[in-house]
Amino acid sequence: MIKLDYVISAQNLSKKYGSFQALKGISFRIQEGECFGFLGHNGAGKSTTMRMIYGLSTVDEGQLTIWDQPITLTPPEIKSRLGIVPQEDSLDPDLTVLENLEVYGGLFGLSRSQSQMLGRQLLDDMGMLEKEHDSVESLSGGLKRRLVIARALINQPQIIILDEPTTGLDPQARHQVWQKLRSLKSQGVTLILTTHYMEEATQICDRLVIMHEGLILAEGSPMELIARCVLPYVIEIHLPIQDVPEQLMKHAGRFNAEVLQVANGIFLYCQDGHRLWEQLKHWDIPQHACFLRPSNLEDVFLKLTGKGEEQ
Amino acid sequence: MTGAFRVLDRHLKVFGRTWQHNLMFNVMEPLLYLSAMGFGLGAFVQEIDGMSYIQFIAPGMIALSAMYSATFECTYGTFVRLHYQKAFHAMLAGPVTVKDVVLGEILYGMMKSVLFGIVILVVVALLGQIPSWQALWIPLFLILPGTLFSIMALCYSGITTNIDYINYYITLVIMPFFLFGGLYFPVSALPGVVQKLNWLNPLYHSVEVCRALAFGNPAQAIGFHVAILAAMSALLLPLPIRLMKTRLLS
Repeated sequence: MIKLDYVISAQNLSKKYGSFQALKGISFRIQEGECFGFLGHNGAGKSTTMRMIYGLSTVDEGQLTIWDQPITLTPPEIKSRLGIVPQEDSLDPDLTVLENLEVYGGLFGLSRSQSQMLGRQLLDDMGMLEKEHDSVESLSGGLKRRLVIARALINQPQIIILDEPTTGLDPQARHQVWQKLRSLKSQGVTLILTTHYMEEATQICDRLVIMHEGLILAEGSPMELIARCVLPYVIEIHLPIQDVPEQLMKHAGRFNAEVLQVANGIFLYCQDGHRLWEQLKHWDIPQHACFLRPSNLEDVFLKLTGKGEEQ
Repeated sequence: MTGAFRVLDRHLKVFGRTWQHNLMFNVMEPLLYLSAMGFGLGAFVQEIDGMSYIQFIAPGMIALSAMYSATFECTYGTFVRLHYQKAFHAMLAGPVTVKDVVLGEILYGMMKSVLFGIVILVVVALLGQIPSWQALWIPLFLILPGTLFSIMALCYSGITTNIDYINYYITLVIMPFFLFGGLYFPVSALPGVVQKLNWLNPLYHSVEVCRALAFGNPAQAIGFHVAILAAMSALLLPLPIRLMKTRLLS
């Protein structure tokens, strides 16, 4: 039997801020070397969970263990083995790019020359070595984010926690960040990330949990979740609701398709997308208002969070 | 404590970049007071306790500079690091605790107090207004008021939610310290109640010690003033740590 090494595990983790219940008893286990994602909207409880792991929030209810050590408030010994990419950039605007890394390395007890050497290497890895003497303020959003990731790596952490690492980045910068994360994973580093981008979760997470209103709704690999929760194809019908023929439900039923009403139309989930596509014209639904595609994590998310209403 | 020194190290690096502006701000003001009051008001005042007026107020300028340095660093400086730069959050993601962060702030405020106190000491000494070599103890002494003013300012920074509210602290706390602390006239001239209240004024104790050292008469109850400053620091120290924990952790 394979023994799985869990680096972080949580049982029934809850958190209350005043009368607001941010976490309602979540449990998860993160294996060494995997990329584990927390997917959910703002306010789902992802950041609260991250803050507990990296020591900005106390564990009041439930249990959290990191490397088999029970946690109330993550102590410095554990934090020295973590790399944190917080949601805000929190870079030092008074310092240059390299100085930011130097100063941060100093917090981990690295000497100035050690952190300079490591810092340059990290900047090189991030493709921004030529910026080493630039002021942080002059960097673009994408470069700032990469610098924050470089900063999180200065102590050569065993676990990296990324709280929405690509929010606000343009697609090109986002792909650069993903590339870096994949290469870190290939070096055996455990990655934990939160995101509300379904594509990001699909692209880089080995396993993920879908969070909504302080609860975990599902857990698995992106492919597993898609296979388990939704039918393989979806036809998006973008018509005003009054223009959708009333018989659609009946028709769909005959083809074992599931109908989900979403904000901008109706989603039709089915086993055989192409067969159903051919039927549309018989149902008085113009094909130009429709779009056939394979199901993805977003569909899982819509279904589980009830953002779409099942008909 | 290692964590606190690492936090201090971060601040010193930033200080290495910004010290020119700092110097301007913390040193110019006491020197302006010294020249305006010393030469202006001094022309009408004969002598106080056997000293010329400018000699009387010069040691107070050292204490004033020390108070300002710690106060401004640990109010505006701390507030910006806490709320705008998110520097504390960034540090807490590393292997430091809130206590380390607060102690690092206090060490930084204290260090700036001593440093800018020294700058004023050197200036007034060069102007020939410091009669005694005992004044060389002043930098060592400034560690105490530097620490206390940093702690007090951090308490306020831990409570306040808007940078504009720092004005309340400056106007309602620091200004009375400055006006009634015996910098420009002997406190014996004040009504009895105000004299009593001055026991709670750290700047008063600080001015008394600086003046005594500058004139080489430490017999004048230096020990007492030092004891009060030390006791106030020790009593208040846990408070900013607690307040910042509330602010930073949830």
